[in-house]
Order: sequence, then structure tokens, then C-alpha cells
Amino acid sequence: MLLTAEEVEIIFLSLRVSLVAILVSLPIAFALAWVLARSRMPGKFILDALVHLPLVLPPVVTGWLLLIAFGVTGPVGHLLQHWFGVTLIFRWTGAALAASIMALPLMVRAIRLALEAVDPRLENAARTLGAKPWTCFRTITLPLTLPGIAAALVLGFARSLGEFGATITFVSNIPEETRTLPLAIYTALQSPTGDLLVWRLSVISIMLAIGALLIAEWFARSYRPARDHVV
Amino acid sequence: MSFDIDVRVRRGDRTVTAAFKTGGGVTALFGPSGVGKTTILHAVAGLLTPDTGRICVNARVMFGANINLAPHERRCGMVFQDGRLFPHMRVEANLRYGWKHSAERHHLLGFSETVDFLGIGHLLDRRPRTLSGGEAQRVAIGRALLSAPEFLAMDEPLVALDGARRNEIMTVIERIRDELRIPILYVSHDRSEVDRLATQIVELG
Repeated sequence: MLLTAEEVEIIFLSLRVSLVAILVSLPIAFALAWVLARSRMPGKFILDALVHLPLVLPPVVTGWLLLIAFGVTGPVGHLLQHWFGVTLIFRWTGAALAASIMALPLMVRAIRLALEAVDPRLENAARTLGAKPWTCFRTITLPLTLPGIAAALVLGFARSLGEFGATITFVSNIPEETRTLPLAIYTALQSPTGDLLVWRLSVISIMLAIGALLIAEWFARSYRPARDHVV
Repeated sequence: MSFDIDVRVRRGDRTVTAAFKTGGGVTALFGPSGVGKTTILHAVAGLLTPDTGRICVNARVMFGANINLAPHERRCGMVFQDGRLFPHMRVEANLRYGWKHSAERHHLLGFSETVDFLGIGHLLDRRPRTLSGGEAQRVAIGRALLSAPEFLAMDEPLVALDGARRNEIMTVIERIRDELRIPILYVSHDRSEVDRLATQIVELG
């Protein structure tokens, strides 16, 4: 299947938006997962609910909230514009922000599960062997969490590729700027001559999704030894 | 005095206390299951903080007035019931874990000497999950010895082993006691084990 220049543009924009989204989300998701899995702070359930909000809210609402916060006159958008000259609204970076917010709950869940599966007794053993807290984290906790982090990246990437509602609400549907795969499919559906493009873009979406799943499976297999129980 | 310990540790709704001063060799903390032996051992290793008391080993204060050393500062070579080898590392990396994080001047034996001492040279490339219980416990003891410990703390290290393996590991512990002469705090509920290994017995419960 040969791709037209327009399709290549759409695919690369989608990949760029999704990659930036998960790379931005990863450290935040890890920090949130750590707090949710390990800390005993009061009111943790409120944080838990907030993290899960994008999963249960209609995406249009999430997009609208982003519009209010990050719009040119919004509290965050205004500061970004004023201090750094950065505008997110109607830009691909805004699409990445929307995708990262939508991917965050899934990524937090995957990492949190992996962190909860790390046996704290192994960390205790490391501490008695002379490992400082940071060394213990780097050599024991993090390597044992890697399968969860990989799963989080793949899930987040797939979620970002499919992001529609929050994106179109927040950054609109601008060709070559915010028109990612789902938005391009939606646009083609509105056009009386768009049938072929809908087909082609849908097949591309399916292939990207399958590719992501295969990569996830490969990660899960290559890290399986690390998940074995402790003798 | 190797161990000079007088602590009170609260665990949930009950309180565990222990007070003893013992010399070198193996100090056995002996008593029935559930009496809090492991709790005391964990307090000595720094994995639990006592409510009050004093923990000194070889005249080094680890816990006391305004002092509470972190586990990694105590140089306590801990051997757990279940081995607790790191599943994502091969045997050699497990053995070198504490070695890497300790000062050279504190090392008891060289790496290869330790491996020979325990007879685990043929296991270095193996994954922990492929080891038998006895092999895993030897590696765990090696890992503790290689962390340049001031003393060893052993928490029922034989409980998961069958008769022949128990005897084998007890021989290893006797050799550590008699040849390396490092103080050992040894938790057990088994009378015959304690009678064979202990220099001094502290009864709890």
C-alpha cells in the first residue's frame, strides 16, 4: 500500500503527538503511581479519584477544561504565554498535552500495579546489604518495575493514537497541525468523496495498534524472568 | 560485649521486649513461634524502629539516645528464612551486591575466597529461581558475608530445608563462627539447632 504525502503527514503527526504525550506523562505517572502505591498520606483517595477523572469524564469535558486552563486568557495558558512565549492551543503540542492527560490514568494504573508487585522484603534485603535508599530504588525497585513501565508506555501510546474528543475540543482540527489519525478519519467521513481515505486511514490505525500490541507482548516476554517468585 | 541490646518494640497491639548482653560466637534468640524473635532481629538490622531502648554491637551504638542508624549504615549481614535473592540478577550479581556497597577495608574475605568457602563457584551464572533451597541459602549467606558485615543476623535460615541440607548449612554456620569469628545473632525455635550452634542462648517468651 503506497501512501500519499497527506497520509504520511497525518501518520507522522500522530506518532509525534503520541510519543511526546507518553514521554511527558511517564515521569508524572511514575511519581503519582509511587505516591498511590507507597505513601500513607491522608486523603490519598482524592488524588486517586483525580488521576482517574480523565478515564470517566466525557473527553469533550476534559478538552473544554483544558481550553479554559490553557487558552490564551486562561490561568495557565496566560502564564505560559507571558513567561515562555508558549502557546498550546491550536498547536500540535496542545494535542500532545490532551493525549497525555487522557493517557495518564492508564499509565498510572499499569505502573502502580507493578510497584505494588515489588516485594518490599527484597528492598529491605538490599538496605541491609548497604544500599542507600536511592541505590536500592535504582537497583531493585526500578528494574522489577520495568515490565509495568513498558506496559504503561504501550498502553499510553495506543490511547494517545486514538485520542479524539479532548483533542478536537482543545486544539480543533487543523490540517498539518492538530489533524491526527482519528481527526483525519472523522474529517474524511464528513466528505462525500472521503470513503477511500477512511478505509486507508482505518487500516493504518489497525496496523499501528497491532504493532503496539506486538511490542507490548515482546516486552512482557523478555522481562518474564524478573517476575518469578523469590526462592 | 558483642551484643548489648535492651529494646522495647511495639508491633500492632502487642509489645516485644528483649534485654541481653552477650559475647562473641553465636547468640541464639530462642523461643516459640510468634514470640517476637524476628521483630527483635529486624530492630537490630534497622528495618524496624524500637519505641525505646539501646542497640550496641561491638561497642558501636546503632540505636540509642538521639542515634538511629539507617539499615545501610549498620553493616548487618542479614540472612532471611527464604533466601530473598534478587530475582532479576544472576547469582554472581547477587553476591557482589553488598560487596559493591561496602568499604574495602571492611571486607572479611575476598570474593573468590568466599565463593570457595561456601562451595558455590559452580552456581555463579545461575538465576536464583533455578537454585535448590540449600543452594539459595548458601548464596544468601555468601551475599551477607561479602557485604563486609560487622555481624550476621540470621532469621531461621534452616526452616525451609530438609534434613541433609540443614546439616550442611549448620556446618557452614559453625565454620563462620569458628574460622571467621564474626558475631552472629541467630533466631530459631528449634532446640536441637540452638544446642548445636549457640554459644549463648537468650530465651524469649
